[in-house]
Amino acid sequence: MLAAPLARAASVDYPAVTRGRRLRFPRDHGAHPEYRTEWWYATGWLERDGAPLGFQVTFFRARPEWRSANPSRFVPRQILLAHAAIADPRHGRLRHDQRAARDALGLAGAATATTDAWIDDWRLRLEGRVYRAQIAAREFDLQLALEARGAPVLQGEGGFSRKGPRPGQASYYYSRPHLAASGTLDGAPVRGKAWLDHEWSSQYLAPQASGWDWCGLNLDDGGALMAFRIRDKAGGTFYAPPGVAFAPLRTWRSPRTGVTYPVAMRVSAAGAHYELEPLMDDQELDARASTGNLYWEGAVRAKRAGREVGRGYLELTGYGEPLRL
Amino acid sequence: MRLFLALGAGFAQHRARTLLCAAGVALGVALGYGVHLVNRAAVEELAAGVRAAAGDADLQVRAVRGGFDEALYPVIARLPGIAAASPGLEVEAGLPGGSALRVLGLDPLRAAQLHPGLFAQRPRAIGELLRPDAVLLTQAAAQRLRLGTGARLELLVGLRTVALEVVGTLPESALPGEAAVTDIATAQWRLGRLGELNRLDLRLARGADLGEVRARIGALLPPGVQVERVETLQASGAALSRAYRVNLNVLALVALVTGGFLVFSTQALETARRRGEHALLRVLGLSRGALVRLVLTESALVGAAGAALGIAVGYALAVLAVRAWGGDLGAGMFRGLAPSVAFAPAAALGYFCAGIAVAVGGAALPALDAARAAPARALRAGDEQQVLTRAPSAARALALIVAGIALSFAPPLYGIPLAGYAAVVCLLVGGILLMPAFSQRLWRALPLARRPALALAGAQLRGAPGQAMVSLAAIVASFALMVAMAIMVASFRGSVERWLEALLPAQLYLRTSHAGETAYLDADFEARLRRLPQVKRAELLRSARVTLEAGRAPATLIARDAPADGFAAHLPLVGVPYARRADEPPEVWVSEAVAGRSRVRPGSRLRFPLAGRMQEFVVAGIWRDYARQQGAIAMDRSVYAALTGDARANDAALWLATGADAEQAMRAIRALPGGGQLEFGTPGGIREASLAIFDRSFAVTYALEAVAVLVGLFGLSSSLGAIVLARRREFGVLRHLGMTRREIGQMLAAEGALLALAGAAAGLVLGAAISLILVHVVNPQSFGWTMDLHPPYALLAALVGALLALAMLTAWLSGREAMGMAPVRAVKEDW
Repeated sequence: MLAAPLARAASVDYPAVTRGRRLRFPRDHGAHPEYRTEWWYATGWLERDGAPLGFQVTFFRARPEWRSANPSRFVPRQILLAHAAIADPRHGRLRHDQRAARDALGLAGAATATTDAWIDDWRLRLEGRVYRAQIAAREFDLQLALEARGAPVLQGEGGFSRKGPRPGQASYYYSRPHLAASGTLDGAPVRGKAWLDHEWSSQYLAPQASGWDWCGLNLDDGGALMAFRIRDKAGGTFYAPPGVAFAPLRTWRSPRTGVTYPVAMRVSAAGAHYELEPLMDDQELDARASTGNLYWEGAVRAKRAGREVGRGYLELTGYGEPLRL
Repeated sequence: MRLFLALGAGFAQHRARTLLCAAGVALGVALGYGVHLVNRAAVEELAAGVRAAAGDADLQVRAVRGGFDEALYPVIARLPGIAAASPGLEVEAGLPGGSALRVLGLDPLRAAQLHPGLFAQRPRAIGELLRPDAVLLTQAAAQRLRLGTGARLELLVGLRTVALEVVGTLPESALPGEAAVTDIATAQWRLGRLGELNRLDLRLARGADLGEVRARIGALLPPGVQVERVETLQASGAALSRAYRVNLNVLALVALVTGGFLVFSTQALETARRRGEHALLRVLGLSRGALVRLVLTESALVGAAGAALGIAVGYALAVLAVRAWGGDLGAGMFRGLAPSVAFAPAAALGYFCAGIAVAVGGAALPALDAARAAPARALRAGDEQQVLTRAPSAARALALIVAGIALSFAPPLYGIPLAGYAAVVCLLVGGILLMPAFSQRLWRALPLARRPALALAGAQLRGAPGQAMVSLAAIVASFALMVAMAIMVASFRGSVERWLEALLPAQLYLRTSHAGETAYLDADFEARLRRLPQVKRAELLRSARVTLEAGRAPATLIARDAPADGFAAHLPLVGVPYARRADEPPEVWVSEAVAGRSRVRPGSRLRFPLAGRMQEFVVAGIWRDYARQQGAIAMDRSVYAALTGDARANDAALWLATGADAEQAMRAIRALPGGGQLEFGTPGGIREASLAIFDRSFAVTYALEAVAVLVGLFGLSSSLGAIVLARRREFGVLRHLGMTRREIGQMLAAEGALLALAGAAAGLVLGAAISLILVHVVNPQSFGWTMDLHPPYALLAALVGALLALAMLTAWLSGREAMGMAPVRAVKEDW
C-alpha cells in the first residue's frame, strides 16, 4: 500500500515591514500580495437632501500562511474581504453587508499596479485622481467618486508606522484626507467629504494586543488628524505614537452583542484635544458570521470647547474579543 | 343505554373471538402505518439531504460523474441575474476499508454566502478549511469512521491512498448524513480532478426571471451538464424510489383488507351463533335498523381497539425496521442516509379510521343478514345454518374477473402500475365472490361416499352452504395471496439466479468500484495484470454514469473489453440482437430499463453525452439487468476509450491459466503495486452475496406473506371451530343413532379436508392468475425489468399439504371440544 504521508502545511515567509522604505506611487497604491494583510479603507460623511450620513467602504486583502504545492486554480493564495456600511441616523443602526472570496478565476482580486480591488461586482478602483467605489449591497446601492486634491499623506516616519515596541510590529501606511465625495445612494445624489487609508503589514498586532482605537478627522480649517493607539488585553494602552492619548467620555452597550464601546472619546494629539461625538450610537458592525470580526466603525463629529471643528470616523476594535487578522 | 347493555353482553361472551378480530385489524393497520412511516422518513431524509446540500440556492448546475471545466464558473457567476454562485466538486470517494464516503469540495467563503447554515455554529471552520488538506466530517461520518479532530482521513484514489487532516466536525444541523467537506482546491488536487467542477449552486438576484436565467445558463452548458431548480432535484430523489414505495404500500393495504376479511368471517359466524339472541332483541322491541347499528357498533369498537393497537405497533415496527435495515428496508436505494422515524399524527388518524372502516365494512354483510331474518323463525333452534344462504351472483363475480384481465393490459400511470394493482384486486374479489356458486356446484357433484362419516361430511357441506362458504372464502383469499407472492418471489429469484450465471462466466473477479468513484485501475496496473503468468485472459470494465434525458436519474455506462466472439453471447439478452452495418455508429447494448424509458429497440439510434460531447450509437441488443434500476448501457471498452480518452478501469474478470488456482492468482495480484486495495470475488461468492441481498430486500414481502398465511389460518380455524360448536345438537343426535365419537371426529376431519381442498384448488388457480399479473405487469412497470415464470412447485405442494393438515386438525379438535358434552344434554338443549 502506498500511503502518502500527511503533507504538513508549510508556512510562507512574509516580508517584514522595515524603516526607510520609500513609498512610490502609483505602485504603492496597488496591492502588496506578499505581505500578510492589507486594506483600503474609505470612510466619510455624505449629505442626502441636507441630512447627514456616514459611509464606510473597505477592501481587505489577506495572505494565508500556508504554502502548498497544489496546482489547482482555486488554491487560496489571497483572500479578499469587503465591508460596506451606511450610518443613517433615521435608520438608527448601521446597514451593512460583506463579501469574502479567494482571488481565483478572476472573480475577486487586488491589482498591484494601482488601487483596484474587487469581489464580484463590488469594486474600489483608482482612476487618475479619483477613487471609484461600486457597492451593490443587500440593503443599499452605493456608487461613489472620491476625488483626491492633495498628495498622499505619509503616516509615521515617511509611511513607516509603528504598531508596537518591537521592530517588526509596524505597517506601511498613508492616508488621503479631504477627498471630495459625490455619487448616488440608492439612486439619490449624495455629496460630502471622505478619507481613505491604505495600509499593509505582516505583523500588525502584537500577541499581547487586543485591538485598537483609531480616528481620521477632516478638520474644517483644511487640516487633517489621524490618531491611533493599540490596546492591551487589560484595556490600557499597549502602544501609541508619542503624544497620542484616547480617553473615553461616554460608553454605549450594544443590545445585540452585549459589547460596550466608548463611542464618545477625547483624543489628544500633538498637544491638541478633540471631543469625538458619534453621529449615532449604534454603529456596530458584526461580520462574525463570515470570516470578519465584531467592531464599531462610526461617523463622528470633532469638537473643541463644544464647537464642531471637523468630521471623520472613529474605529473601535477588539472590544468584544481580541481581534483576529 | 339498551344498546350498550347488549354490546357489553356480546363482548363478554366472545372475548377470544373479539380479541382475534381486533388483532386482525391491528395487524393490517400496523403494517400500513409502519410502511407509511418508513417511506416518509426515507423520502424526507432524501429531500432534506438535497435541501441541506443546496442551502439557499435557487438553481443548481450539475454534471454526472464527468464534471465540467472550471472556466464555466466565472462565466456563469458573472451572468446578469445571478446574485451568488458557489462552486462544488462532489465525489463518492473510496475508503481503504472498502466503503465509500461522499466528499464535498467547496469554496467555504462562497458556500457560507449561499449556505449560511453550514458554518453558522462555527464560523471559524471557514478559515480552517482553507488550510491545505483540511477536511471537516459531518457528525454521522465522524461517528461511523471513528475519526476525531486531528485524525487522518484516508481516501482511495486510483489504487493509492491520500490522507487529509480532520480539523473538526459539522453538527447534524449544518449538514445531515455522512459526508466530508473540504476546500475545492484540496478536492480538485487530492482526488485527481484538477480543473474540474461538477456542481454550481446559484442564487438569483432579486427580480431576476428564473426561466430566463436558466435558459441563458443552459445555452452555456456542454452536453451532460444540466441546470435544474433545487425543488426539481428534491422531488427527483423521491421519484427514484416511488414505484418501490407504492409496492410496499399496496402490500400493506392487502394486509389491512385481509384484516377486514377476518372481521367478516368472524362476524358472519358470530351473527349466526347469536341469531337467537338477536331475534330476542327484535322481539323485545329493537328495530331492524337498531339491530344493524348494534352489530356495526360492536365491530367498530373492535376495529377501533385494533386500530389503536395497530398504530402503536406500526410505530414501533417502523422504528425497529429503520434501525435494522435503513430507510429503504434493505433494498439499497438510499445509501448513506440516516432517516429518523417521526410519529405522523395525520397519517395515524387516517390509518385509525381505515382500521375502523375495514372492521365496519367487514361486518356490514353479516349485520344486514342478521336484521333481515324473521325473528319468529330465527328464535327456533337449528336456524343457525340458514345464515348467508343467498349466494352473490356469479355474473357479477365473472364481470369483476373479466375487468381484472382487461386492466392487466393497461399501461402504467405516472410510472406506477396502478392498473396492475387494480387488476389484482378485481381478480381477488371476483374470485372470492365466485366461490359460493363454485362450491355449491362442487358439493352437489360430489359422489356420496360409502362410509357413513364421509357421506355425512358431504351431506353437511351440501346442506349448509352458507357457513362453508365463509370458511371457503377465508381459505381462498389467504391462499391465493400466499400462492401469488410465492410464485412471484420464486420467479424473480429464479430469474436473478439465471442472470447471475450469465453475467459471471469468468473464474475470478476483482473490483475497485466497491469503494466510491475515486478508485480505479490505471493502464500500468492493467498491463502488469495481463502479464501475470496465472492470468490467461482478462476482461476489464470501466463504469461511468451518463444522462440520457434531463431530469432523469443517470444510467450506468459499462465499457467492457469485448470478448472474441462479441457481446451477444455474453449478455443475458432479451429478444433478437441487431446486426450492425459497417456504416453505422458504434454499438451499445441497453438494459430493459433504458429500452423502456428511451423507447429504443435493437436497430434504433441512441444519443447520449460522453466526455462533454453528444455521441450517437446504434442499439445492438437489449439485455436484462436486475442490478441497476435506473438502467445500464454496455459498450466495447475500446470504443469508449477512443471517444473519451479514458483508459482507466474499475473491475476485471479473469480467466486463469491451466494449473493456476484462484488463491494463487489473488496472491499474485495483491503483490502488484496497489493490489492490496482490490476486492476479489469468485463467481460462487458473488452469486451467494447477490442472492443474500435479494432475500434481504424481499424481507418485507416475506413478512407480509407470513401475515397473509396467519390471517388466513386464523379465519379458517375460527370459522371451522364455530361451525362445529354450532352443531352440538347434531352430534348428540348422531351419537344416539349409534355413531362413535371417533366416527364423528372422522366426519369433521373429512369436512375440514374437503373445504381445505376446494379452497386450496381455487386459491391455487386464483393465486397463479394474480402471480401472472405481478410477474408480467406489476414488476416490469414498477422496475423496468422482465422475468421468467419459475413456480416453486415443491413449496406450493407443501403449502397445500399444510393447509389440509391444519384444517383437519382444527375441525377434529373443535369436534372433541363439542363432544365433551353428554349426548343427552346436547339434544335437550333444544328449548
